[in-house]
Amino acid sequence: MGTRRVWITDTTLRDGDHAMAHEFRVEEVRAIARGLDEAGVPVIEVSHGDGLGGSSLQYGRSRVAEEELIAAAAEEIRRGKLAVLLLPGIGTRRELKRAVELGAKVVRIATHCTEADIAEQHIRMGKELGVEVHGFLMMAHMVGPEKLVEQARLMESYGADCVYVVDSAGAMTEGEVRARVRALREALRPETEVGFHAHNNLSLAVSNSVAAIEEGATRVDGSACGLGAGAGNAMTEVLVAVLEKLGVETGIDLFRIMDVAEEVVRPIMRHVPKIDRASLTIGYAGVYSTFLLHAYRAAERFQVDARDILIELGRRKVVGGQEDMIVDVAVELSRREAEEVHRASEIMW
Amino acid sequence: MERVKVAIIGSGNIGTDLMYKLRRSRLLELTWMVGIVPESEGLRLARELGYKTTHRGIEELLEHADEFEIAFDATTARAHYRHAELLREAGKVAVDLTPAAVGPHVVPLVNLETHVEEPNVNLVTCGGQATVPIVAAIRRVAEVEYAEIVSTVASRSAGPGTRQNIDEFTQTTARALETIGGAERGKAIIILNPAEPPIIMRNTVYAVVRDGDREAIRASIVEMVRRVQEYVPGYRLKAEPLFDEEKVTVLLEVEGAGDYLPPYAGNLDIMTAAAVRVGEELGRHLLRKRAGAEVVRAD
Repeated sequence: MGTRRVWITDTTLRDGDHAMAHEFRVEEVRAIARGLDEAGVPVIEVSHGDGLGGSSLQYGRSRVAEEELIAAAAEEIRRGKLAVLLLPGIGTRRELKRAVELGAKVVRIATHCTEADIAEQHIRMGKELGVEVHGFLMMAHMVGPEKLVEQARLMESYGADCVYVVDSAGAMTEGEVRARVRALREALRPETEVGFHAHNNLSLAVSNSVAAIEEGATRVDGSACGLGAGAGNAMTEVLVAVLEKLGVETGIDLFRIMDVAEEVVRPIMRHVPKIDRASLTIGYAGVYSTFLLHAYRAAERFQVDARDILIELGRRKVVGGQEDMIVDVAVELSRREAEEVHRASEIMW
Repeated sequence: MERVKVAIIGSGNIGTDLMYKLRRSRLLELTWMVGIVPESEGLRLARELGYKTTHRGIEELLEHADEFEIAFDATTARAHYRHAELLREAGKVAVDLTPAAVGPHVVPLVNLETHVEEPNVNLVTCGGQATVPIVAAIRRVAEVEYAEIVSTVASRSAGPGTRQNIDEFTQTTARALETIGGAERGKAIIILNPAEPPIIMRNTVYAVVRDGDREAIRASIVEMVRRVQEYVPGYRLKAEPLFDEEKVTVLLEVEGAGDYLPPYAGNLDIMTAAAVRVGEELGRHLLRKRAGAEVVRAD
């Protein structure tokens, strides 16, 4: 790839919040933010896993108010930029404005890949506040490159500096990533960057990120130890190593980022993201990676297989944020199973 | 039975659906359908059904002030600010289906009776119409420390008004959970789902309660659902209310009647159905007042 520069956004303190079941403490956030910053990570994202205002019964309540965590991270970050995520429909401009006051320099506005127009107010506000704005088209595997381009252009027209292809379900294979990133790169203005966000449910997070870079993406996401929803994200430390071997400059010190992952992040991980039958099913069925822990809980409560829940959610084309559908489907599956048992017993009579 | 004459301002999807629902009202008599686009399908359908129509907006309607007492406004917030003023000057009652909220937010079955004297009432968001009754039902039998709702609607049923003002939707709905539903704190989330065929509107209500008797809460919810069904037949519980410690979870589905809007658009149907219900209450109140006045005159 020659010598090129790519900017990694580390999302350990945002996507990782899912794997932490929203239990991050102030000291943990401080230590991770400081470590990432010292390792040279250019953008460090801190938010509830479901974005600003995500602390809820639907997604999980944060142990510590996000304002406090954002403010703590802002104090630790000296070289890099603090980023926050916002999903219109969950968070509002009020939280966005507050996050910028607390020190966010990059705001990432995420919508489902077909609903970019709900982000107009928020993207415009980010620009008005003078921060960098990245648009996030989630669940990008659900539509083809053409539709994605249409939506990316909307985000660009509202003022987004960068538009991300987000593989929220960790469901894309390499060709699908290439086609989408290439289409955006060709369609958007040269000064608008293209990014890619991976999940490792199919064990393709790092290789897909590399493919995205080859197609012109200049921003990719990672998290230390892969701490993130589903089977986790591309591991930041692995991305740094691989990109260095490929001659792509990230500005991140490899040994230092390894140390952060190993010494700061790994010891506090409550749930270690891994490819197991449930997270693999997420990638296979193409459902939101965040559903993982919710599906485990519902499976246990209603005595059904988590995979059956996830497959059914995929069949129904449930999108990000619809965590309530997990319980809905689990209730329905357990009722159906009970009816089947009942019918079987009637036949035996 | 004496009927109350009403008009619809706005001949788009909502206004047209409302027209079909008003046809079934025994108390309200639709007279006028007002639009601004001559070739609007809503106006054409209204003409075919024998209603008076105009594409010259509210001004023409106001020239026939004796032909309506209540006006349903299904236009836009910006238009309603102007309409509200004109209707007030003309001494007409306005039922506002836009986000303008010039008058107080109302949810039938919950707070309407306290606002029957208002010259202008606003139908709080579709998410609010679907979930505030449930929060109020819980509140009747327990303290609601916190109520959170998630409304998921088909992308196709969310118009540009909702899309460009999504923060207003969540903030207005959250406030309605508090001020009308009776929760100490409220939060609202809205999700748009583009699946084809379109999904039916879903709502999940989470409530954190204090000192609640589970059986009383369950019974109160079930009773409320039955009463909402009187005006929104497709409003139903997806499962029995779920209880985890102090948390109550209520899963709801709202299927539209399919009058003009497609059945999946329960979010729009519940607005027009609630508007009719509100119009009927206000109409009954007008009739009562008039009857009272006649009794006074007879004396």
